[in-house]
This record gives sequence, C-alpha cells and structure tokens, in this order.
Amino acid sequence: MKFNLLKVLGASAVLSFTAAGAVWSTECIAPANPGGGWDFTCRQVGKILFDIHQVDAPVQVTNMAGAGGGLAFSTVVHERNTDADLIVAASSATTTRLAQKAYGDATADQVRFVGAIGADPGVIVVAQDSPFKTLTDMVDAIKADPSSVAFAGGSAAGGFDHMKPLQILKAAGFNDITAVKYIGVDGGADAITQTVGGFTQAMTGDMSEIVGFLKSGEVRALAVLSEERVPGFEDIPTAKEQGYDVVAVNWRGFYVPGGITDTEFNSWADKIRAVADSDEWKEAMAANGLAPFTKVGADFQTWIDQVIAQTAELSREIGVIQ
Amino acid sequence: MDIFANLALGFSIALSPFTLFLAVIGCFLGTIIGALPGLGPSNGVAILIPITFSMGLDATAALVLLTSVYYGAMYGGRISSILLNIPGDEPAMMTTLDGYPMAKQGRAGDALVISGVASFIGALFATIALALVAPYLARIAYKFGPAEYFALYTLAFATLGGMSSNNQAKSALAAFVGLSIALVGLDNNSGFNRFTGGNLHLSDGVDFLVAIVGLFAVSEVFVFIETHGKNSAVGVALGKVTIPWAEIWTTRWVMLRASVVGFVAGILPGAGASLGSFMTYMMEKGIAGEKGGFGSGVAKGVAAPEAGNNAAAGGALVPMLTLGVPGSGTTAVLLAVLMTLNITPGPTLFSDRPDVIWGLIAALLIANFVLLLMNVPLVKIFVRVLMVPPAVLMPGVTMISFVGIYSLSGSYFDLVLMIIFGIMGYAFRKMDIPTVPVILGILLGYQMENNLRHAMTLSDGDWTYLFSSPISIGLWIAAVLGFVAPVFLRGMLKKPEMRNIEDLVD
Repeated sequence: MKFNLLKVLGASAVLSFTAAGAVWSTECIAPANPGGGWDFTCRQVGKILFDIHQVDAPVQVTNMAGAGGGLAFSTVVHERNTDADLIVAASSATTTRLAQKAYGDATADQVRFVGAIGADPGVIVVAQDSPFKTLTDMVDAIKADPSSVAFAGGSAAGGFDHMKPLQILKAAGFNDITAVKYIGVDGGADAITQTVGGFTQAMTGDMSEIVGFLKSGEVRALAVLSEERVPGFEDIPTAKEQGYDVVAVNWRGFYVPGGITDTEFNSWADKIRAVADSDEWKEAMAANGLAPFTKVGADFQTWIDQVIAQTAELSREIGVIQ
Repeated sequence: MDIFANLALGFSIALSPFTLFLAVIGCFLGTIIGALPGLGPSNGVAILIPITFSMGLDATAALVLLTSVYYGAMYGGRISSILLNIPGDEPAMMTTLDGYPMAKQGRAGDALVISGVASFIGALFATIALALVAPYLARIAYKFGPAEYFALYTLAFATLGGMSSNNQAKSALAAFVGLSIALVGLDNNSGFNRFTGGNLHLSDGVDFLVAIVGLFAVSEVFVFIETHGKNSAVGVALGKVTIPWAEIWTTRWVMLRASVVGFVAGILPGAGASLGSFMTYMMEKGIAGEKGGFGSGVAKGVAAPEAGNNAAAGGALVPMLTLGVPGSGTTAVLLAVLMTLNITPGPTLFSDRPDVIWGLIAALLIANFVLLLMNVPLVKIFVRVLMVPPAVLMPGVTMISFVGIYSLSGSYFDLVLMIIFGIMGYAFRKMDIPTVPVILGILLGYQMENNLRHAMTLSDGDWTYLFSSPISIGLWIAAVLGFVAPVFLRGMLKKPEMRNIEDLVD
C-alpha cells in the first residue's frame, strides 16, 4: 500500500513543483494560461535570453492567469514591487485594459514598461467574395448605413480589436462610432470563421492570425495598420497609404516591477535589446508573423503613456469608461 | 490511393522506437492524470509542456507525447467516475451516472471494460475520420454562426429535463444555478464586469474545473466524514476483471452512434467533449426509453458517454489543426505548443506540413491501441492507485484537488471557491438535487449567452434571425422534441421509474 501512497504523493509533487516556480533566479510571468501571445513571449524570449547568455540559468516561466492580466499586475505591484529578477509579458491588451481601468484601481505608473521587441500589425480582413475591394469601399458603406457592416474580433467589446476599425472610421471623419456593430468571439481564428461563413462582413485582428487563411485564399486583407507594408506581405496596402492615418500594432514586450532601481531597469532594457537584435528572435518573429518593432527603456515608456492616453479617450467616446 | 501513401509516411515517422516509447509513457501518464480527480487533460498537457521543451523534442515527437497524454486522460477519466463517483475530468461526468451504480452492484470490472472498449471505438472512429475528411469537415464550422450555436446550446438544455426522471424542477433549479454562476465575470459584449463585487479574481468568471472538483470531490469528502465512510462511494470492491463479450456486443450500435455524434460535437468549436458525452448519453437514454433503465447502472449508460467523449476529443483536433480554432481547453493548449514549435495551424497545414499531420495521425492510431491494452487487460494497475484504504485515499483526493486547483491560477481564491462549491455540492446531495446540470450551466452558459447577444447584435434585435437557417431550424426542432419527448414517453409507458432516483443522486 505504501507504493500507492507514493504514487499519489509523486503526482502532487510534480504538480506543486510546476505550480510553485521561482526555483531559478530569473522569472517571467505570463499573465495567462499556456497558449496565446503572453505565454509565447515569455517562453521564446526566456529561451533566447539563456541561449545568448544574457542570464545564467534558464528563465522560469510562471503562468498567472486571471482578470485578463490583472491578477499578475496586482501581484507584481503589491507583492513583488522591488523584485529585480522578474519580467512580465505584456502587449497592447495590457495598456488597453490599464487605460480602461479594467485592472481595478491599478494604473500604468505602478510598473515600468521596459521594452517591446516585436509587433503584430493590425489588419482588416474580408471574405474572398466580399463586395469590398478597398478600405474606402468599406468606409463608404458604413457611412451610408452603419448597420450594414458587422465586425468580428478576438477581443471583448472595447478591446484592442474593437478599437481598430473605430480608429479608422474616426480618421475618415465618421463620428457615430457607437452605431458600428462588433462581436467579440474567442480569438482571431474564430472571428475569421464567422467572416468566411458570412455571419459578419469583416474581421479585425492581428497579422499572425490571418496568415494561414490568406495563403489558402479564403480571405482578403483590405488594410494593414502599420507604418509601412509588412515584409512578406507587400501586396497588402497600409491604411495610411489609403488615406486613413491609423497605426495600430499589437506589440509584444515586458514590464518590470515599479520599485526597482534605474540601474536594474537599464540592465533589463539592455537584455531585451540584445534579444531583439539576436538572429534567434528574428527567426521566431518570421515564423509567427511578427514584424520588427523595437522600443526599449525610456523611449518605450513615453510611447506607452501616449498610447494609454489615446485609448482612454476613444474608450470614453464608445462608452466603455465614463 | 493518396491516403495510404500518406499513412505510410506517417507510420514511417511515428514508428521509431523512441516515438513508440514516448507514446507508451504519454498514455500511461495520461491515464493516471485522467483518473485523478481534479487533474484533467488540459492540466495534464500543460504540465508536460515544459518537459517537452527541456527534452528538446522535435515537432512530431512532442506532438506524439502530448496527444498521447490527451487521449490517455480521456480514457482515464472514467476510472474514478466508476469507482469513486467522482469524475476524473469534466467529460467523464456523465459516466458517473451509470458507472457508479454498476460498481455498487459489484460490476465495477464490467463497467471499466465496457467503457474502455467504448473509449477505444470512439477514439478510433474519430482518428480515422480525422485522417479521411478533416479538411472538408473544417467547413462545417463556417456554417455555424451565433444563431446556430445558440440553438445547439438550447438543445443541450432542452434535454436536461429527461436527465433525472424523478423531479424536473430540481434539474431546472440546478441548471439555473449553473447559468447564474456563468454570468459572473467580464461581459464580452459591453466590456464591463458583472457580479464580481470588484474582485479581480472573479473577472474571468468561475472556472468550471473549480466547480466540478468542489461539487464532486470535495463534497464526497464531506459525505465521507459525516458517515464515517459507511455511505461513501469510496471503497467499492473490484473483483476479477473479466471481459463481458455479450454486453459489449449488445452495445455495439450505441458505441457507433455515440462516436458519430461525439465526433460532430467535437468539431464544433466551443462545444467540446463535455457536450459530446452529455448529448450522446441523453440521446441513448431517449432511444432506450424508460425501460432502458438508464441511471440504474446499465452497460449502455457507460458505453455511450465514453464513446462520445473520446470521439469528441478526436473531433476537437479538426478545427484546431485546420482552422486554428481550439474546440476545447486542451486543444487550446496543444495549439499553443504547435505555435511554439513554429507550426501554424490553419487551412494550409495539411499541404504545408504533411509530415506533422500524418505523423500525428499515425501516432494517434498507435496510442489508441496502447491505451486499449492499458485500459482493458491492464486496467488493474490504475485501479490500484484508487483502491488504497480510505484513510489514505481521502486525504490523497483532498490534497490532489487542492494542488490541482491551485495550479490553475496559483491563487488561494480558487481554493476558497472550491470549498464553497464543496459545501454547495454537499447540500445539494442532501436535497437530492443533481449536480451535473450545475456544471453544464457553468460550462455552456457563457457561450450560450454570448451567441444569443451576438445574434441580436448582427440582426439589430430581430428574433426571427434565430430561426433563419436550415441548420438552426433543425436544431430547434430537435430541441423541442428533446424537451417534450420525455413527457409523452412517460404518459405512454405509465410506469414511473423509481430506481433511478436514488442512484442518480447518491
């Protein structure tokens, strides 16, 4: 019978080991379950940090799912505010939620945003047989009858995917943005499925989410929301060149606890930059549809503050926050 | 034939001694993880991800290991359902309804063998279907919009009434509780939190794993303490395991039907294995009628849900591989693994990476035969894990429940919630209220509400949109039939089935 007890104990020991974490010196918190962008960011960057000898031991990845990243944020602020061996994966979703006060009382200045190392450009996609050939076709249709076009996206109402078409419409001078139809489904692929199926007229999402569907010819991208056309996808025009001054990229990066010293902050910024410059990361980006987007240290923090201010303004207009 | 050439390619990749070794290890670990209450396929796969990476496995080897664990956990879930009346994972929930009564009648061995064979049939069917028609089947997902999904979930709830034949009101109450709990959290359609009381832990909603472990495992511990082990499920004897050929033969059509329905439920993103096992159980119960004795410990009652949930597990791989849409929690984790291995699932995966796809399919076939061996002739190995004396087992179950739930989000809050669900489960058992509808409400309520509201957004609030496609009309007809059929059947047979009452709730 002792043997059986051991099995039970063994199984739970394996579990507590993986759950407790923090065995190694450097830790990366992915504020979500395994799978998805934050987990990917932590695991890939963690691996490269070790491979290019920026850290001495493999980076321990901890998954801390909850409240769309809010749980990890509040843990970092309240329990690990001075932990210099900790980075937390973040993306546009993090700043969108901070701007909308979705993390309770938390504010962006409670942590320090240390760097972005890549970005997934926003895209607006329609089914192959859609009557819309250009972004302007679609904008005109919405101006004529706002209820004629419904968007599907992978984030909840008010989330980053919802914001993208609204920013375009605002840039086109259309201000009745609450009349624009949007449904938030479980992820970008699901949103494409709804659009190919004809239930929604367009999909709003990230470049990486549509690559397979573009290749198979089931969808067409009307616009990519980056500064310049994306390498490898040169036939997709930017919104900018079609006359809509909108850049919306889903950056992938990190924040660190707010209480660490400037020296510690700068040391992390250097490490992040080293990863961004490495061949390993360039390969990982190409394989996952990410475009180069490197902003580290103080530059990044300034940019983040600006993005949060814009998001808060747009959120107020669509009524997600007061 | 292309398919044979492809399969040959697959086997040439999967049949190396090392991948076979991984498949056996994966199947063994998976079955144990599945059998332990509180640990299901999604934590099983998630736990093994870091190990896969640190071993430096290539894409095919990693997939073989992880899908073996996935399939293994689907097989293993039934073991504790049958022996302890605690589902080892969420899709095995329906197996408790007839599996545990069978065990109490001294037929635990039969139940394990029949459900093991049913799992094999379901999984084998799904794997073959995956190989033959996956690229075409993926298109089914394009036919399902918000209206169709809403009708599908309504169908699931409409058949709930037939679940406990004693008191529909109690089933309805339980489903209502489940649906109410599903409302907690971030509202996808407005971006606001609902019923969270400002608590960040609640803004993702209540995880159904927390609910299922609380309602089943923790409440079992309470009952055990109260009765000093006399009236508890723990300690069911398992005699010699023989193979009941005759009963397996009589359930052959049940297994096949359940495989088909389970597979289709698996293909639909968001429906998943739990819906698969639920729908197949209710379907077979309807076909068998009141005389079928479902709920009192019949072979068909374990064959149907097990074939259904294993077929759904295979089915869920279809949208994951061909669309990149995960149909369940576990496939979401597998999807992440694929992305990390630089494989992007999507419509072109079958043509871009035939080595991965066909290696995977071959590995699934191999895993299935390994699992049949482990789960039928060798099932006693796993049973022994659960057959320790109650004094060891109960603390063990409690400990694993706590550790398993803590590993979900690493927060004590879920543990408190789990205990609250445990108390609720204990109270429900005292009042003879079934707990399965609560889980179903939590599991499907969120999707059901979201799809209804999406439908209303797309149609500008026009209700007729819900009945505007042939698929949704068909599902509505099935829902209405499923709702009223038990009433008429009861009237015609005029024989109240009294046996079911005790067995369902205790």
